[in-house]
Amino acid sequence: MDIFLQQIINGLVLGSIYALVALGYTMVYGILGLINFAHGDIVMIGAMVALAIFHPLAASGIPAPVILLLALTASIAICVTLGMSIERIAYRPLRRAPRLAPLITAIGVSILIQYTAALIWGKQYISLPPLFKTTQLTIGGAHLTDLQAVIFLLACTVMGGLYWFVTRTRMGAAMRATEQNPDVAGLMGININFIISLTFVIGSGLAAVAGLMVVLYYGIGHYYMGFILGLKAFTAAVLGGIGNVTGAMLGGLLLGVIESLASGYIGDLTGGVFGSNYRDVFAFLVLVLVLIFRPSGLMGQPSAERA
Amino acid sequence: MSGLKNASLAARLFGYAALAVVLLVLPFVVEPLLGRAWVRIIDIALLFVLLALGLNIVVGFAGLLDLGYVAFFAVGAYLYALLASPHFGIHWPFFLLLPMGAALACLFGVLLGAPTLRLRGDYLAIVTLGFGEIIRIFLNNLNRPVNITNGPLGITLIEPIRFGDFSLSQQHTLAGLTFAPVHSYYYVFLACVVLAIVVSLRLEDSRIGRAWIAIREDEIAAKAMGIHTRNVKLLAFAMGASFGGVSGGLFAAFQGFVSPESFALLDSIMILCMVVLGGMGHVPGVVLGAILLTALPEALRYVGPLQQAWFGRVLIDPSDLRMLLFGLALVLMMLFRPAGLWPSRVRKREFAE
Repeated sequence: MDIFLQQIINGLVLGSIYALVALGYTMVYGILGLINFAHGDIVMIGAMVALAIFHPLAASGIPAPVILLLALTASIAICVTLGMSIERIAYRPLRRAPRLAPLITAIGVSILIQYTAALIWGKQYISLPPLFKTTQLTIGGAHLTDLQAVIFLLACTVMGGLYWFVTRTRMGAAMRATEQNPDVAGLMGININFIISLTFVIGSGLAAVAGLMVVLYYGIGHYYMGFILGLKAFTAAVLGGIGNVTGAMLGGLLLGVIESLASGYIGDLTGGVFGSNYRDVFAFLVLVLVLIFRPSGLMGQPSAERA
Repeated sequence: MSGLKNASLAARLFGYAALAVVLLVLPFVVEPLLGRAWVRIIDIALLFVLLALGLNIVVGFAGLLDLGYVAFFAVGAYLYALLASPHFGIHWPFFLLLPMGAALACLFGVLLGAPTLRLRGDYLAIVTLGFGEIIRIFLNNLNRPVNITNGPLGITLIEPIRFGDFSLSQQHTLAGLTFAPVHSYYYVFLACVVLAIVVSLRLEDSRIGRAWIAIREDEIAAKAMGIHTRNVKLLAFAMGASFGGVSGGLFAAFQGFVSPESFALLDSIMILCMVVLGGMGHVPGVVLGAILLTALPEALRYVGPLQQAWFGRVLIDPSDLRMLLFGLALVLMMLFRPAGLWPSRVRKREFAE
C-alpha cells in the first residue's frame, strides 16, 4: 500500500510537469490545428538555459532562491522569444498552405533547435550542480521531498492562473473565439495574428517553467530530452481531449500517474519479464488506446473534419 | 506531325537505352576512378532510393505524414537477421525472407494505421513518430529474459543473398570482370529499384493511385466521390511499409550485421527529407532526392578537415552539420519551394495556387 501511495505521489508530481507542456500543444492545436513538434524542444531549451545559469552561479554564494528566480526569468525570456519567432518565421507564412506543409516545417524546426542546442551545450548529459538541500516529508508511509511539493504546487498555481485567464478575461475570450472560427473572430475585430502570437507566448512560457522543473526533478539536462517529453505531453493532450485546456491539465496528471504505476508494477506483474526500462512505452500505448477507443479524449467533443 | 511524334519517341527510347547502359557499367567505371568505397556508397544510395520510393507512396501520393518510416525498415532487417543467421540457427533463403519481411512490415503498418487513419492525418504523424522510437526500445531490450534481438549488440554473421551455391558475398569472375560483393549487390539492388520504380509509376496511374491523390488534395471531396478513404489510406500506408520491409531485408543481407543503432529517428527524418527535397509524389524527383542526400554526408566528410585548416579546430561535427542542414532544408523547402527540386507538373500547379 505504501508503494502504491508513493507511486501516486510521484505520478502526480511528474504529471503536473507533463500537464504544463501539454497545455502548449493543446492551445496551439486548438487555434491552428497544427501539432507543434518543436514544443518539446522549447522545453529542452528552457531546461538548458536554466542549467547554464545554475552552473556559474551555484558556488558564488548567492542565495538559492535568487538563482532560481534568475534562471526562471532567463528561461522564460528566451523560450518566449524563441516560440514567437518560430511562429512568425516558420508557421505564419504557411497558414493557408496544404496541411502537410506546416507539419513538415514543424519537424524541421524541431531538428534545428535540437542540433543548435547540441552545438551550444554539447551532446553529453549536463547535471544539476548542488543548489540546495531537500528535506523529506512523510505522508502515510510515502515519502515526498519539499522540492516535489513545490513543483506540484507551482504547476497547479500556474495552471489555475491560465484557466482564469482563458475563461474570465477579455483576452481569453478572444482566444476562445479565434479557436472556434478564426475568420469570424477576425470580422468581430479580434486581431488574429496577435492572438496566435499570444498563444505561442503563453505556451512557450509554460514550457520554460516546465523545463526548469524537469531539471530540478531529474537533475539532468540533454539536447535530446525534449523529444520523448514532447511525445508524452502530446499524449497527455490527446488523452484530455486535444484543444481543451482543462483536458490537457487533467490528461497530464492522469498520464503521470498511469506511467508511475505501470512502471512501478510491471516488473511484479510480468514476473520480471518486462522491467522499468519499458517505462517510455506506456505513454505510447495510452496514446494508441485513446485513439482507438475515444479519439476525442476525456473532455473533448467529437469533431467533424471541416473543409 | 506523326513524324515528329516518332522522332521524340525514338529520342526517348534512345535516352532510356543510354541510361540503362550507363547504369549497367557504372560500378566498373566508378571503381577505377574513385575506389571501391564509392561502389559501396552507390549500393547504399540504391537502398535509400528504395526506401524513399516506399515513403513517397505514403507521403507523396496519399499525403500522409509518416515520421517513423525507418521502423518498417527495422522490421524487415531484423526478420531477415533472425531467420538467416546462427543466432537462432535458422538459415532460410532470401526468396522466402524478403516477401516475409514485406508482409510483416505490412502487418505492422496495418496495426498502426487502422486506429489512426480514420482520424485526422496529424495523428498519424505523432503515432508513427512514437512507433519509430518504441520499436528501438524493444530491439534494445528484448535480450532478456529470452534473448531474441541480442539487445544493443545487434545480430552478426547474417547470411548473404545466395542462389544455390552462388553466394553474393564471394568474389566471382565472369568474362574477365571481377565481381566483388559490392558489385554483385549493386545489380540486385538495381533490379529491385527498377522494379520499385515501375510499380510506383504504374500505381500512380492506377485507380488506386488516383484515389490516393484525390485524398491528398481534398479528403472530404474524395469521400463524397465514393472513395472509401480509410481503406484506401490504409492501403497506401501498408504498401509503403512493405517497401521498407524489403529494403530492410536487403540491408541486413548486404551488411551482414544489424543493430538498433541503424534505425534511429534521424534516419526516418533523412528519408523524409529525400522525398520532400526531391519532390513529393514525383518518382524521378524522389530518386534524385535520395541520391543527393546519400552523397551529401560523403561530401560533408571533407568539412571536418577544412574547418581544421581554417579555424584550427573542428567547430561543427560533420554529422551534426548534416542534421542542421536537414532541418533547415525541411523548413526552407516548405517556405520557398514546397513542390520540391524536381516537382511533377500537377504538383507544381497545385502549390502555385
